[in-house]
Amino acid sequence: MEHVAVLAARAEREAAGRLAVDKRMTADAAIKLVKDGDHVAIGGTLYSRTPMALVFALLKQRRRHLTVSRPLACYEIELFLATGALDRIVSSWVGIGLPWGLPAVFRHYVERGEVAYDEWSHLAVGLRYKAGAMGVPFLPTLTMLGSDLATRLDLQTVTCPYTGERLAAVPALNPDVALIHAHRADMFGNVQVDGYRHMDVDMARAARTVIVSAEQIVSPRQIAARPDRTMLPHFAVDAVVAAPYGAYPHECYGRYGPDLRHFDAYAAAAKQDGPAAALRYVEENADPGHASFLKAAGPDRLAALAADAEELMPQ
Amino acid sequence: MSDVTPDELMAITASRLLHDHKVVFAGVGMPLLASGLARHRHAPHLTIVLEGGIIGTSLLPGKLPISTNEMRAAYGAQMLTDITDIFLYAQRGFFDYGFLGAAQVDMYGNINTSVIGPTEQPKVRLPGSGGANDIISLCNEVLIVTQHEPRRFVERVDFITSPGYLSGGDSRARAGLLTGRLGAVVTDLALLDFEPATRRMRLQALQPGVSVAQVREQTGFDLLLSDALDELAPPSAEEIAIYRELRDGPARVPVEAP
Repeated sequence: MEHVAVLAARAEREAAGRLAVDKRMTADAAIKLVKDGDHVAIGGTLYSRTPMALVFALLKQRRRHLTVSRPLACYEIELFLATGALDRIVSSWVGIGLPWGLPAVFRHYVERGEVAYDEWSHLAVGLRYKAGAMGVPFLPTLTMLGSDLATRLDLQTVTCPYTGERLAAVPALNPDVALIHAHRADMFGNVQVDGYRHMDVDMARAARTVIVSAEQIVSPRQIAARPDRTMLPHFAVDAVVAAPYGAYPHECYGRYGPDLRHFDAYAAAAKQDGPAAALRYVEENADPGHASFLKAAGPDRLAALAADAEELMPQ
Repeated sequence: MSDVTPDELMAITASRLLHDHKVVFAGVGMPLLASGLARHRHAPHLTIVLEGGIIGTSLLPGKLPISTNEMRAAYGAQMLTDITDIFLYAQRGFFDYGFLGAAQVDMYGNINTSVIGPTEQPKVRLPGSGGANDIISLCNEVLIVTQHEPRRFVERVDFITSPGYLSGGDSRARAGLLTGRLGAVVTDLALLDFEPATRRMRLQALQPGVSVAQVREQTGFDLLLSDALDELAPPSAEEIAIYRELRDGPARVPVEAP
């Protein structure tokens, strides 16, 4: 387990300042904030509101010795594995999704011991970000007790000073960088989402550097028109990237559904060719950049996915 | 009922265990179908919660979500929150039922969904806990639903992803798990529970046409037998119809064979 560094993370935030300036930049410029050896937390969950434009930009950089954490990870993990970027995965679940069976590339690396997988419970991942976001070194909880998950991670317990009960002490996680995809942001980094927030708020507040991509860059006035939709204030955000369809081929709540046929093709290739298929995917799709990837998908496909989303929204 | 699949049989059996005016924490796939079936048949006030942060979802027949975090899962929902928050509702005691599947389950209801074989060099690395560990730790009553096969019903799980009654007796409480109980294990062969003193798995009732010997043959450990061994009612035409409509969408007019 990585060591708990909540005070150091706080000192960095204290020192960083809170300049309310134009933070817009390209995905390639923003992703330079990620260094070799960093812990990168990826927002969204499974194939929902994954910051895919930022993920593609990071894949292209071929960083090394990264740790990636996510609440539930999808096949983007396999892409990082195939490029040799990862030393460690921190999550509660890694797959593609129910219909696609066991993830072949993930299995290849984990079963050979070529990557460490710190498996936490789903809530424990959430509480790790939450403790980091709260600026405390751990949070007590009643989950994970008695399991081999706890034993393997050497999870510690605390005794309640009031009742004497024993609780699991889930350690804070302060990622070096959080990548988040949102519906709207202004140039200062006030960020709004519709629908699910997944673990994004705690993840971003815990992180030392926060990069946000947004479907739409809007004016501060548009943010102020619906302040209840704002999930992150500008002073918690370091970079803002305009990325329409920035979660594609994953879904973005209310905007577009997931491209499940694209998943089918990837899963079939990965099953047949293993890591080589995942690497080929990166070279063909991520390396040319997310904008080219969208162009290759074509406007008809994107429009159909937008129609899928429309059908599901409350009337 | 000869054309009823094992998945249908398990979902229908599980749905009957869900009562009205309760809250069920369901996963995608069979648990969601079982919960939907209960809601559409005998438990109209059953609230379905999904770990993506969804409270009170409705189901769009034929378009059920395959991830608890996708838009489809929120169709008709009463409230959307975040993932951590949903599990904190469970920790607070609001969720009456939790549903789990199992790659392996042992006689004390411990579940493995992490690794087959040695932990650090596994033969098969499975995706992992997801919310399963939290569900079994925090929900009021847990229902385990899985196909009845010797490779699943094992003497000892390779890894305890989700703790049941650990080594039986009061060992679960001694580990600090003060809440939650394992209510039932639903399979395509039987309905089982856990004997209150030893916490060992016990055969309660058989699926129609199944014998005790058959169940024993498919179980990798010694099963206790209930004194009041029962036979489950076969799925009714209504249950099958509602289940299939939820899964496949509104029934179409059958095409007659030429």
